[in-house]
Amino acid sequence: MSTAAGLRHDLLWQKVTIAIPYVWLLVYFLAPFAIILKISLADPVIAQPPFTPFFDSQGDITATSDNYSFLLTDKLYAVTYLKSVFMALVATLLCLALGFPMAYGIARADESTRNLLLLLIVLPFWISFLLRVYAWMGLLNNYGVINNVLMWLNVIDKPIAFMYTDFAIYVGLVYSYLPFMVLPLYATLERMDLDLVEAAQDLGARPSQAFWDVTWPLARPGVIAGCLLVFIPAMGEYVIPYLLGGPESLLIGRVLFDEFFVNRDWPLASAVAIVLLLILVVPIVFLQRSQARDAEGHA
Amino acid sequence: MAGNGASSTPFIEIRDVSKYFGDFAAVDSVSLTIGKGELFSILGGSGCGKTTLLRMLAGFEVPTKGRILIDGVDITEMPPYERPVNMMFQSYAIFPHMTVEKNVAYGLEKEGIPREEIKRRVGEMLNMVQLGAFAARKPHQLSGGQRQRVALARALVKRPKVLLLDEPLAALDKKLRERTQFELMSIQYKLGITFVVVTHDQEEAMILSSRIAVMDKGRLIQVGTPKEVYEYPNCRFVADFIGNINMFEGTVVDVDGDRVRVNCKDAGGELVALSDSPPLAGSAVCVAVRPEKIFISQNEPENSEDTRLAGVVEDLGYFGNLSLYRIRLEGGRIVQVSAQNRRRSAERFLEWDDKVFISWRPRSAVLLTD
Amino acid sequence: MKPRSRFILSVLAFGYAFLYLPLASVIVYSFNDSRLATVWGGFSTRWYGELLDNDQVLDSAFLSLRIALTVATLATIFGTMAGMALSRFSRFRGRTLFSGMITSPMVMPEVITGLSLLLLFVSMQQLVGWPAQRGFGTITIAHTTFAMAYVAIIIQSRLSAMDESLEEAAMDLGGRPLRVVFDITLPLIAPAMIAGWLLAFTLSLDDLVISSFVSGPGASTLPMLIFSKVKLGVTPDINALATLIILFVSSGVLIAWWVSRRSQRQSA
Repeated sequence: MSTAAGLRHDLLWQKVTIAIPYVWLLVYFLAPFAIILKISLADPVIAQPPFTPFFDSQGDITATSDNYSFLLTDKLYAVTYLKSVFMALVATLLCLALGFPMAYGIARADESTRNLLLLLIVLPFWISFLLRVYAWMGLLNNYGVINNVLMWLNVIDKPIAFMYTDFAIYVGLVYSYLPFMVLPLYATLERMDLDLVEAAQDLGARPSQAFWDVTWPLARPGVIAGCLLVFIPAMGEYVIPYLLGGPESLLIGRVLFDEFFVNRDWPLASAVAIVLLLILVVPIVFLQRSQARDAEGHA
Repeated sequence: MAGNGASSTPFIEIRDVSKYFGDFAAVDSVSLTIGKGELFSILGGSGCGKTTLLRMLAGFEVPTKGRILIDGVDITEMPPYERPVNMMFQSYAIFPHMTVEKNVAYGLEKEGIPREEIKRRVGEMLNMVQLGAFAARKPHQLSGGQRQRVALARALVKRPKVLLLDEPLAALDKKLRERTQFELMSIQYKLGITFVVVTHDQEEAMILSSRIAVMDKGRLIQVGTPKEVYEYPNCRFVADFIGNINMFEGTVVDVDGDRVRVNCKDAGGELVALSDSPPLAGSAVCVAVRPEKIFISQNEPENSEDTRLAGVVEDLGYFGNLSLYRIRLEGGRIVQVSAQNRRRSAERFLEWDDKVFISWRPRSAVLLTD
Repeated sequence: MKPRSRFILSVLAFGYAFLYLPLASVIVYSFNDSRLATVWGGFSTRWYGELLDNDQVLDSAFLSLRIALTVATLATIFGTMAGMALSRFSRFRGRTLFSGMITSPMVMPEVITGLSLLLLFVSMQQLVGWPAQRGFGTITIAHTTFAMAYVAIIIQSRLSAMDESLEEAAMDLGGRPLRVVFDITLPLIAPAMIAGWLLAFTLSLDDLVISSFVSGPGASTLPMLIFSKVKLGVTPDINALATLIILFVSSGVLIAWWVSRRSQRQSA
């Protein structure tokens, strides 16, 4: 076989290797967004499928911005978006407050304990998300474990209504997304040169000053990555507000789900999704940038 | 510069200090005094306890027992941020998120010194280490040698009573290391600050220091000027650790005043050495001779005072300024001999397998008993 | 500096208690004889027995397993291709879009991914008549799409940590590039591929929201079935099911950890 033919042959398999996943993602990841955008501009009808086609029988475009103007005028949606952002933010900060000292402690543990502690952070990832949320139902119930223990200890004489409150949602969010916070924080803290903290102390910084002058600014990439990894999925969360939150806890993921399955208003659900996506585009791009920078830093 | 402060009053006093990590004694009953303005080196292999000792001076470790005093003040339990001591880390530990100027200013800011004065002192210090033009750079834009100078400036700008340097030259390449050695010495001379250097590099310690402490397995083995440690090692470990040396194990045949005759089987003859405290006849000793103290000749040397041994040239290496020979003695052992190439000659003085005699004066040899 | 302060230690203790106490309580209550999930009625294993008699549970578990096996295999193949393309092939057209599409599915909220895929399937059905019905096929496609992203990232990071000179040496010794991939690259990234396969398997088995969107009538995965039961409150048979899953997964992960630690020690 001549070298030229050999090279062409080599290029062919490279092309195939790229093309298969590329086409798959174009069809099953990118195209759906075009469709969602299209349907968000349609009117709902009682039919199968329940929306007007993009082109009518004359071939004219039948786009309408009704869904978006409805989203903007109906106060319920604005409030829901804002509340989702707020709750996701609070959950993110709670994760950070709990996750940072944990990641710090793990990064500074000796090596064999460190691996075990890390494993215990990762392990819940592998156990069903749904069942982990479910576990809290048994704890937070009016007749659940926490109330039983508190009453047995005579701290309270009536059960506290934990379930179906925002508190329960926060517990669920922090519980589910804590590992997403701890892992990137751990990665940056573990890489950090401990000499730097000692150098700061040697130059006259008390331990708390050394933390804020050196450890915290150097951990920033991990803090940013962790916060985004918690905030983004928390924004669209459906299971946690459904199972732990009350019927009033209208978070946007749940509204989208209900709009689609309960009201069967596909165009409006699509519009809700598009607006949610617009809110999340900035943090998502930010996250991808920081991860790309991180990957370069390693190379 | 070796005389600089070597005999001054105690400034750092390390009194019977030990540090245990679990059962392991990293530093074992070390007592040491260092004078004001000295450039003092702690020398030893990895794991000998030198870094732990330095970290106890810096305040990152607290001794398990013993006290440490600086300028008469007991600092044994004082936290690092309150000590009049600064350290230059082996990794340099330059804050990557701060500019050169910010790095150097950091320590002064923590002291609460007025802004104007900080600016002035940082500027002066950066000029002294020839980094004035780099004040606004970030650490990753600097070369290895420049980072080393930032670390030095950052530690010195606080005007510490003692500057600790952990392997200050280890990260530099050979040429730069030689230049930096002399820079360090001249800065130390100019500022008169006491320097304590930890190093595993005996050559570095020899050149830099007014005095050297040799450590092994957490213990202090010998303290002295570079010359003392090199010429009069007090034990086999120090003799072997510093420079090259030929060691002949043997038994004492007889003692005549300070002259000791030693029988050494594998040397194929009797060796003579001088000793202030001669051992008893029959005891096991070691005669140690540096390669440059040995004469090499093709004719049998005449001086009967000297130790004389016969052998053949097993191997030779030409290094330009000197030549190194490996001579196989009649007893079978190999001796290293180095000779200055004083004459310029296209021909070699000696060739492989030449029969030669080696000899040394009695006072060139060191008698080691432990 | 003290390596670990009392504050750090207590936060660590609280954090791990927070992560594991809920799981422990589920396990304890799965052995509760009482139908009222919160009242202790004595030790019993009867809920495990009822679980095994429940055809609905077994059917949906079987469906979930079938999907997860297919998804894990497809995602590993596609993800490995994508990871190699990203880290080993030099520039190609559309590389930026490609790497964007690889990383986006991981951060996309599930409700959006699920909704958009369902709308795609519905539109395709209108246009080309496929997929005729939603179920095993559509769920598999949906899961593969997001799972392959995770595999690609794992493979990519393994490859970029790996010395490219190994492959260059093989080519220098006369290996043709494609031969080198099979002789050198794939054996070296095999552990990453196994890790990717396991992750894809778990992600697929775990997914509720996306499956709910793209599944059709009659096709209920295990999480969908659990969700429909759990909506109504805590039930002892779900406790039993959860316990089985927790114990199965934990022992698998712990064994994998132990084996890898031992092999690391041996090679060290």
